[in-house]
Amino acid sequence: MLIIQCPVCGAEGDETDFHCGGQAHIARPATSDPDNIADGEQRDYLFMRFNPKGLHFERWRCDRGCGKWFHAARDTVSLDFKAYYGITELPPADVMKQATGQWADFFKKATAGKPAVKEAAAKKIGAKATAARKTVPAKAKKS
Amino acid sequence: MTGKPYRLPETAARGSRIDRSRQISFSFDGARMTGFSGDTVASAVLAGGRRVMGRSFKYHRPRGLIGLGSEEMNALIGVGEGGRKEPNLRATQVELYDGLAATSQNRWPNLDFDIGIINNKFSRFLPGGFYYKTFMWPRSFWEKVYEPFIRNAAGLGEAAREHDPDTYEQMHVHVDVLVVGGGVSGIAAAQAAAASGKRVMLADENPVLGGVADISTGDIDGASQTDWVAARRAEFETSGNCHVLTRTTVVGHYHHNYVLAAERVCDHDPDLLAQGAPRHRLWKIRAGQIIVASGALERPIAFANNDRPGIMMASAARAMVERYATSPGMNGVIFTNNDDGYLTALKLHDAGVAVSRIIDVRKDVPSAIADAARNAGLNVQAGAAIAGVETTSGGKQITAVKIAPYSVGRGRVVNEERVDCDFVAVSGGYNPVVHLWCHNGGKLRFDDDIQSFRPDRHGDPIMVVGSANGNFDLKACVEEGFAGGETAAKALGGKAAKPANKPMVKAESAGPIEPIWFAPATGKYNEGNKHFIDFQNDVTAADLELAQREGYESVEHTKRYTTLGMATDQGKTSNINGLGIISDATGKRIPEIGTTTFRPPYTPYSFGAIAGTKTGELFLPVRRTAIYDWHRQQGANWEPVGQWRRAYCYPQAGETKQDAINREILAVRNKVGLLDASTLGKIEIKGPDAAKLLDLVYTNMFSTLKVGKARYGLMMSEMGFLMDDGVTVRLGDDHYLMHTTSGGADNIVAWLEEWLQTEWTSLKVFVTSVTEQWSQFAIAGPQARTVLDKLDTDIDLSAEAFEFMSYREGRLAGYPVRVFRISFSGELSYEIATPSGYGRGLWDALMQAGESEGITAYGTEALHVLRAEKGFIVIGDETDGTVTPHDVGMSWAVSKKKTDFIGKRSLEQAFLASEGRKQLVGLLTTDPQEVLPDGAYAVETVKSAPPMKMIGHVTSSYFSPTLQRSIAMALIEGGKGKMGETVSFPLEGGKTVEAVISSPVFLDAEGKRQNV
Repeated sequence: MLIIQCPVCGAEGDETDFHCGGQAHIARPATSDPDNIADGEQRDYLFMRFNPKGLHFERWRCDRGCGKWFHAARDTVSLDFKAYYGITELPPADVMKQATGQWADFFKKATAGKPAVKEAAAKKIGAKATAARKTVPAKAKKS
Repeated sequence: MTGKPYRLPETAARGSRIDRSRQISFSFDGARMTGFSGDTVASAVLAGGRRVMGRSFKYHRPRGLIGLGSEEMNALIGVGEGGRKEPNLRATQVELYDGLAATSQNRWPNLDFDIGIINNKFSRFLPGGFYYKTFMWPRSFWEKVYEPFIRNAAGLGEAAREHDPDTYEQMHVHVDVLVVGGGVSGIAAAQAAAASGKRVMLADENPVLGGVADISTGDIDGASQTDWVAARRAEFETSGNCHVLTRTTVVGHYHHNYVLAAERVCDHDPDLLAQGAPRHRLWKIRAGQIIVASGALERPIAFANNDRPGIMMASAARAMVERYATSPGMNGVIFTNNDDGYLTALKLHDAGVAVSRIIDVRKDVPSAIADAARNAGLNVQAGAAIAGVETTSGGKQITAVKIAPYSVGRGRVVNEERVDCDFVAVSGGYNPVVHLWCHNGGKLRFDDDIQSFRPDRHGDPIMVVGSANGNFDLKACVEEGFAGGETAAKALGGKAAKPANKPMVKAESAGPIEPIWFAPATGKYNEGNKHFIDFQNDVTAADLELAQREGYESVEHTKRYTTLGMATDQGKTSNINGLGIISDATGKRIPEIGTTTFRPPYTPYSFGAIAGTKTGELFLPVRRTAIYDWHRQQGANWEPVGQWRRAYCYPQAGETKQDAINREILAVRNKVGLLDASTLGKIEIKGPDAAKLLDLVYTNMFSTLKVGKARYGLMMSEMGFLMDDGVTVRLGDDHYLMHTTSGGADNIVAWLEEWLQTEWTSLKVFVTSVTEQWSQFAIAGPQARTVLDKLDTDIDLSAEAFEFMSYREGRLAGYPVRVFRISFSGELSYEIATPSGYGRGLWDALMQAGESEGITAYGTEALHVLRAEKGFIVIGDETDGTVTPHDVGMSWAVSKKKTDFIGKRSLEQAFLASEGRKQLVGLLTTDPQEVLPDGAYAVETVKSAPPMKMIGHVTSSYFSPTLQRSIAMALIEGGKGKMGETVSFPLEGGKTVEAVISSPVFLDAEGKRQNV
């Protein structure tokens, strides 16, 4: 029963309050080049997934909270969450460096040349969420 | 069985747990027995002179009490009647109350005479894994002979068949420090942690704290261990920050220090239950730090026929005496390989129980406790082992043991000495209880000093102290416990309160253990001599050796092939002994062999505790439309659709369900019907990119839909399979209203959100579920317009002004409405939506307005038949997650213009357009009154018996009162090219139904009726 923290609204809860969306950073072939997709590419997009013993990167949704999707870096052996970051972001640089195997290759390609998406600034886990938590009561008071 | 006086007299001054002034009357297998308040069923039955308490699983050998507590493997009883019955309870844990009715298990007709004993006679044919080799021939016997026999023979206890009337509770707590186990180590840990101000929870599976403090030697803080325990307990009560739970087993350790603990609140006291307390309580705990002080369990020694009633663990024997003043027998022997056996000998001797010999496998026994035994006049025989036992006829009671000299590596026994006895107290050493430590990835290492595994590393904030950590020395246990509590508190940070004083311990240290995994037997090796390793699953040393010979050498294979450690006791007393046998047989060291995986729960706990309050009406929330009460008053039959309740049909007086359904269908076809469609998903899609979003999620085009128009849309998954369908309406340039299936409503909103937030993040559009905000009804039938015209409205409902598949907004009967000309029945039909608060009002107005037209409420079954007559698909009936739009004849709905939409690329894969795919067809049975069963399989050729090649199945099947015959839809391989062909459906029971493949549209193929 993992404890997970939403980086968007700051809520911390049991994993039953969240929904796991599987592997992160999967590019959908049809979005970029719909007329030029090999069968193998589509097959990989649908079915092939990384299965690391160690650092893994996943999509999660704050189902019972704010309803927003976010990313998490999680160790599949220790089950510790190493980072939470935005759904349009790549992981914080220091966490990305710890990736091994297929993930390491993936991030090497993803950050080569001009990165398509901004890397999340390296922060301590929870700092953004703690900040988010601080603002929530203030908003509630206004309404 | 009449008993000898096995209850020690009051003069023996034993029985710390019993109250002799309160006699309790209970029954065991129907026989009335008595005990004292504080007794367990095990102690009272033993005191009453009964030795046999159960029959073993495979061989049905008579078994008695062996263990001390929750590790007991054979004295399994069922307690309670009717819906309260609980099987497989360990008699050592069941506390007596007046009127308790306990029954033994796994025997027929009774415990003393069990026909199952025949298995023991044929044990040569029933070794480990025998069922992989037997029951093979003849094949015809599998279903009719072997299976019923095995089903009856398998299992131990009998589950209740009635509804459980008791309540169960769950509690969620966050604690700073959770201490698992209330023996002296755990208590010391709790003492230290609580003193520093932390919120502490201490849980122990026994009714009292102290663990084995009451049957051990050594002092703490100058007092007896039990006095020290009592003082700490009193401190915890008043401290306010140490919550003590007894009768509570910590059953599992999960991620991020999440722990489940099962508390048996009322099992020992029916009065509590009668006062309304929950029977069991499941604690869901998040702990900052966990201290495992789960103790250690004694292990038996494998000697020939070591399972006979009267042979028990030495610690169990002395617990019987100390706690319950119950003697294990009149005259017994101790068999040991370590010093703890001597403690039992002395305790028994001091209580007046005759101990005629202490048999020690060790050649040299120099320690203080052995001297004490000798000084007390006890006969110590070193360098010897038990080679065999003698019993009464039927093996129900041991009468003697046969002792032979022992040294490591010695094979067959030649010389032996016979010694009379009626009990044997065995001590093979102690195994740290490491289960909880391992549940979430804790590692173990083998310790040669204790000849067992002990905890090693763990990645979580969890530590282990005391004998669970392989320390059997009292001083080490208490000091380690205390230090652990201090460390845990420190690790949590915060202000440290005044620390408690470290307890001062005085105790003797013990001598070394000599491992003995197998005591050689008398006579021909293994002939009739079973060396039991797993007492609950009847796994012997021979079985383990057989597994090695047959190649099941990995410990995981050995476990599963022999079922070693797979019973309800989960190998607590058999795992290590089993590894010892394997080690001797293979020459590998135990650490090389390794252990199997420990999984929760540590001991079984009830489904009631797991369910908590989520039973009966609270199992699932029930969602009701605004018209629910009206449906109920009309006597509707309910159909659950997801969490919704929809009316299935409305049988009137004297009608069967089928009568009602037929009436409702004909009313819609001939007059006018009214359907509550409020449960259908409704999603508002609003924003400049609303049209773009719809084009991406549907197979067809929605950006071309004109404002005020409606279009039926198909939705695929990314794999190209149909997922949902519904009519979507354009309310404005940037505003659509999407309808989904009732079951899909919540899923599709989440689906749309996911794509918007994770893929097409630049789209400017909001999606909002409004399923519950609107009531929606379908008024359908030739008289539909006639009825609506009677109501006050500002909408022109005429055929010219309000075309099929379009939308109007306005007022009807005074209510604000959205009206859609959509038809699922194929008749003239208007779907009318009004905010839910007005729903009932509008419904009543419509029913009243239509009275003279014979307006008839129709339910979901009539709805399904009406749409089937028209060949409309239902997602989930005609589709099963592997069906494409092409398969159901809807290629027209798959846009060829759009460059991208969900599922497009997958749908283009060659195999999804291949020959022989199942395609949607209609079926007309050759006997028009025969209705095919839903899901019936079509076959290529009918044979007298399976297997037959299946070529498709029935997806929907009904009797159509409109056509006065049955209709069905099916997915048949290459169906579109088989029009007019006859296909066969062999049914259960031997009958075969034939049907002709036809178009799935059975009525009004041109669609005229909905267009009037």
